[in-house]
Amino acid sequence: MTSALNARNIVAAIAAAGLLLLPLYSALSGNIFILTLFTRIVIFALAAASLNLMMGYGGMMSFGHAAYLGIGGYAVGILAAEGIGSGFIQWPVALIVSALFALVIGALSLRTRGVYFIMITLAFAQMAYYIASGMSRYGGDDGLTIYKRSDFGGLINLSNRVQFYYLCLGCLFGGLYLIWRIVNSRFGMVVRGVRSNEQRMQAIGFHANRYRLVCFVIAGTICGLAGALLANNTDFVSPAVMYWTRSGDLMVMVILGGMGSLFGPVIGAIVYLVLEELLSRFTEYWALIMGPLLLLIVLFARGGIMGLLGRMRRG
Amino acid sequence: MADPLLRVQHLVRRFGGITATDNLSLDVMPGELHAIIGPNGAGKTTLISQLTGQLMPNSGAIHFAGRDVTRQPAYKRSRLGLARSFQITSLLPDFSAIDNVALAAQAHDGHSFRFWGSARKEKHLRDAARSALKRVGLEARAEVPVLELSHGEQRELELAVALATKPQLLLLDEPMAGLGVTESARMVGLLKELRKEVTIVLVEHDMEAVFALADRITVLVYGRVIACDSPDAIRNNEEVKRAYLGDQHVVVGHV
Amino acid sequence: MFLVIEQLLNGLQFGLLLFLLAAGLTLVFGIMDFVNLAHGSLYMMGAYFAATFVAWTGSFVLGIVLALGATLLLGIALEFVALRHLYGRDHLDQVLATFGLILFFNDAVRLIWGPAGLALPLPAWLTVPVQIIPGVFYPAYRLMIIAVALIVAALLYVVVMRTRIGMLIRAGASNREMIGALGINIKLLFTLVFGLGAALAGLAGLMQAPILTVQIGMGENILILAFVIIVIGGIGSIRGAFLAAIFVGIIDTMGRAFLPDLLRMVLSSSAASTAAPALSSMLIYLLMAIVLVVRPEGLFPAAKR
Repeated sequence: MTSALNARNIVAAIAAAGLLLLPLYSALSGNIFILTLFTRIVIFALAAASLNLMMGYGGMMSFGHAAYLGIGGYAVGILAAEGIGSGFIQWPVALIVSALFALVIGALSLRTRGVYFIMITLAFAQMAYYIASGMSRYGGDDGLTIYKRSDFGGLINLSNRVQFYYLCLGCLFGGLYLIWRIVNSRFGMVVRGVRSNEQRMQAIGFHANRYRLVCFVIAGTICGLAGALLANNTDFVSPAVMYWTRSGDLMVMVILGGMGSLFGPVIGAIVYLVLEELLSRFTEYWALIMGPLLLLIVLFARGGIMGLLGRMRRG
Repeated sequence: MADPLLRVQHLVRRFGGITATDNLSLDVMPGELHAIIGPNGAGKTTLISQLTGQLMPNSGAIHFAGRDVTRQPAYKRSRLGLARSFQITSLLPDFSAIDNVALAAQAHDGHSFRFWGSARKEKHLRDAARSALKRVGLEARAEVPVLELSHGEQRELELAVALATKPQLLLLDEPMAGLGVTESARMVGLLKELRKEVTIVLVEHDMEAVFALADRITVLVYGRVIACDSPDAIRNNEEVKRAYLGDQHVVVGHV
Repeated sequence: MFLVIEQLLNGLQFGLLLFLLAAGLTLVFGIMDFVNLAHGSLYMMGAYFAATFVAWTGSFVLGIVLALGATLLLGIALEFVALRHLYGRDHLDQVLATFGLILFFNDAVRLIWGPAGLALPLPAWLTVPVQIIPGVFYPAYRLMIIAVALIVAALLYVVVMRTRIGMLIRAGASNREMIGALGINIKLLFTLVFGLGAALAGLAGLMQAPILTVQIGMGENILILAFVIIVIGGIGSIRGAFLAAIFVGIIDTMGRAFLPDLLRMVLSSSAASTAAPALSSMLIYLLMAIVLVVRPEGLFPAAKR
């Protein structure tokens, strides 16, 4: 195999180092905003990484992944509103509820393929959106304020920006490591094989859909964790986080970074959100630029950023 | 008289107005190399698809090793020992040759809901894969990505993948398709060795190979069996000659 | 009782509107294998064009016709400049590219027309209630929508099923190279089909403009419903889209109208008023889930390619 010192790994290493040292830069320069911006970016990177597991490795193009951001967030929010502030209870609940939702939605959606699957996952996410909008007890359309972040006792203080950032970063790196192990395990090979050629996998003895479903559930659960982090980050959760265009944002991050590459979603999240931030300072109408940009990327930059870097080696 | 390993009874499959499989019955005895021939459109691939579970018949029954597998999905039949190679090469294009075979071995080595340990490091799977590759002569090309293999090598890989599932019955759908003279000869030699260990059902157009290898030949025309007999008998069967071999004396004696 | 008839008609009208939208989507997908998320944006543009042209020309009919033409041209331009390069690409790529277009259109509309929505007032002759059966009155405009949509549906059927062009369209769906080899200009055919889809979307948008909304993001909300209809009806099947759309339109409208009262019979009043809006919104998705469990390929799938 090729040496590890290639463009993709270098970029990934630089990005990882940058993320690790960011709070230091923020403290030295007095720029608090960059810390909050990147906390959000890191959380979305985790969500994008979970989508990449499902899409890039599993071949399942889900357009409803943002639903799990909402489910995880609402688990934290609802429990907090009901007086249960301990993170040790909130976060496991967030994970379990996300897993259950993913199980049901996955079992139903996987009865379809291709564009049907895209549309179904989209519609189910909208269903989650409407359920949340209808929960007037928990803010409905206006959303739910979280007055106190998840309490982890003396272990870690989520209200401290730096500690919270490193927690999110820890979750991201932990999540990436978990995904890396999964992807190379027996299970991961089957899932990747099913993506590559389902007919062949069935012929050698694998029940393809069972493996797909488990992959779907794992991805949803990881995204639920991201949702819990996001709710803490914004001290707020609303149905808007599950609106289908947010699922589109996640997809863009994955594809921009490069599907099926481990660090791709992180790069994609960084580029997409930083671009969005920069463009919106430049003009109120940043989507006028972002929209056609997406179109151009799809037309010309197949394989996303990681794909481009991979080709640089040979070019 | 031993029980047939594969028993097909009155199989019917229609596609709209076309009857692709027309009340087809056929037996495959353990240890034999049973060839299925027929002109294009005779329904050979439709038959194979029903035998392996990619397609469900409208009526009729299929029994494998004594069990009724008529409605069983493909992956269950593979578990029972029914392996298949595809007429149009169907491998995992994103993987290497050895990965393809190792996955087949993995499918028959307990469950695959293991999420932590690296599958590529499981020695017994890699060893099993290598030995299957060795049998078909691809040992040296183990690490090569599938897309970089030649067509002939891909056909051989199809065979290795099927072998790695430790089958009782090997269903080969035109393994010689697209092979040149040397590669075909190699494939014939390979099949001659394999037939000693596993029952083979061979669908082929290459008549030289068929008559060289088969213990029995079934001739299919318009989804129906018109003859099932030893190669010599088939060679002399008038109906077969008319329907399929035509007036040309395609077949001569063989090794 | 009259309320039921009224809601039934509303449901029919809504369903037919949804059909126009879904028909365009399923045509483009069935024939060009192209997933177009920006279909909702064309719907939105139809409404915005209508509101603008009617205000400029002072004539309702003239404004509507101009709006339809403008949307058709917009669709063709879009296909010619950008979207035709995406034929044959992965559906995911198409989803992403057209998603980018949604973002673009929403901001473009905001730039040109401002963030507040527009209004499209109806001319007097369309606001009169019409007596359809003795004692039951129904707004003339809504009746017109039903009539127009039915006519368009019938025309679609005739064109696709009975004309030479329609035959080419259906043939193009199953074998593009063959059609090209026959000397038919497949590029032109696809452009025309896309234009047709755009016109249908625009028509739906401009027709609902006077009664519902003309605002940014209106396309996205209704696009999802179009997707659900296509899944329930079966992709590529116009007949399926028609039946599913009527079904969905009626269930959704009747559900929203009568579910709160139905719930109140079973649950406490407060529980009913909390659950009702969420449940009515969800009804369609529940329906879709049931269809998926029972018949994943849709209720009336088009013949397999």
